[in-house]
Amino acid sequence: MLAQEVPALPRGVRLHFDKVREKWVLLAPERAVTLDQIGHAILSEVDGARSFGQITRALSEKYDAPVDQIAEDSSGFLDALRNRRFLDVTA
Amino acid sequence: MTGIAPPIAMLAELTHRCPLSCPYCSNPVEMALQESELDTDTWVRVFQEAAALGVLQLHLSGGEPASRRDLVTLVQAARDAGLYTNLITSAIGLTERRLAELDAAGLDHVQLSLQGTDADMADRVGGYRGGFKRKMQTVEWINRIGFPLTLNFVLHRHNAHQLERALEMALEMGARRIEVATVQFHGWALKNRDALMPTRAQARAVTRQVEAARKAHKGTLVIDYVPADYHDDYPKRCMGGWGSTGLNVAPDGQVLPCHAAQSIPHLRFDRVQDKPLAEIWHNSSAFNAYRGTDWMAEPCRSCERKTVDFGGCRCQAMAIVGDASATDPVCIKSPHHKALQAQADDHAAQGDAPFVHRTAPGAAREPAE
Repeated sequence: MLAQEVPALPRGVRLHFDKVREKWVLLAPERAVTLDQIGHAILSEVDGARSFGQITRALSEKYDAPVDQIAEDSSGFLDALRNRRFLDVTA
Repeated sequence: MTGIAPPIAMLAELTHRCPLSCPYCSNPVEMALQESELDTDTWVRVFQEAAALGVLQLHLSGGEPASRRDLVTLVQAARDAGLYTNLITSAIGLTERRLAELDAAGLDHVQLSLQGTDADMADRVGGYRGGFKRKMQTVEWINRIGFPLTLNFVLHRHNAHQLERALEMALEMGARRIEVATVQFHGWALKNRDALMPTRAQARAVTRQVEAARKAHKGTLVIDYVPADYHDDYPKRCMGGWGSTGLNVAPDGQVLPCHAAQSIPHLRFDRVQDKPLAEIWHNSSAFNAYRGTDWMAEPCRSCERKTVDFGGCRCQAMAIVGDASATDPVCIKSPHHKALQAQADDHAAQGDAPFVHRTAPGAAREPAE
């Protein structure tokens, strides 16, 4: 994922707190993806308006971690969601 | 049994009624009558119990779920319970107005069946004249609303050559996903093996096409693929393992570990009218019959794949070997594997065997085999 690209959750894909398993999940058509803390933190910032670069900078400040590290950790995760059509991306 | 993880998905078969009569219908040959269908309030309670048990994904199916007059109410109740709500439909019975009501009720996703890529094939397989045209009209309405769409192309010997066009149609419709599902031989399909069995060459060609299409459409169209398992060397991981991830509620309230489980004659099923869903999930003898690996005999018991495919499909072992605890005969380690492969080739060679279309619930059935 490039810094200027804008990720968005498409219709039919949403964050959901699974009260039974006490975990955040991403619900998508006929699939449920269990999220770890990092995955949940990233997707909570995805609003369809801010770019990937803006999101990683926000997370960097929030968690006091290097922005490059956050970009590296989250880029593969978001690309995988994109390939499964769980994430829309506009340039 | 202790330490049983909660289910993720529930298939709610709202009715066995359907305007179509596909010869591979997964409904049992003995279908539930309309009079025995669960009422609205019971389904609503079952959805709430399912969510409390840990179900995340609800698949509303049938028969044709749109045949239920209370479909919109049921979708609303499922969303209120916190479930991701998926409608599995042929499109027959959906109008533009009804789709708008489903949208307002919070329906998350639509899975649309595709019997063929043109009216001639689709209406012949579905046994419903004009069905294809209505389906195409419904796709326009679905897209106008913006529902995420999955196409389910059920593939067999007669329409395997239409796969390329089915993939194009999925792209044209803006579907995010297509299931390329080779017919599984349960329910009515078991009666139609001569008519439906793909040839080995077809099965191989379809696999190659799917692999190529996955590369070509990466990031645009997700392709889920169910191969022709009679021709395969290892069985499918049926239901992700019996009683491990999913459950099925039949129209009359019986709770099944899979949609074909009623074909295993010694199993006894509990009903949602009699017991809470959680109790059934944990304690029902039918769910515990093939849960985990303790029930296995050889060659499964000592097999390194036993937690990969859980011995394959219990209903298939029942149908072909006559023993639901046997290794799925698709497996290369089964003593019945070679015979099944030969049988598959025999079925596939019955060029013009006629379809046995499913009948309506309660309608006179064709003479016993």
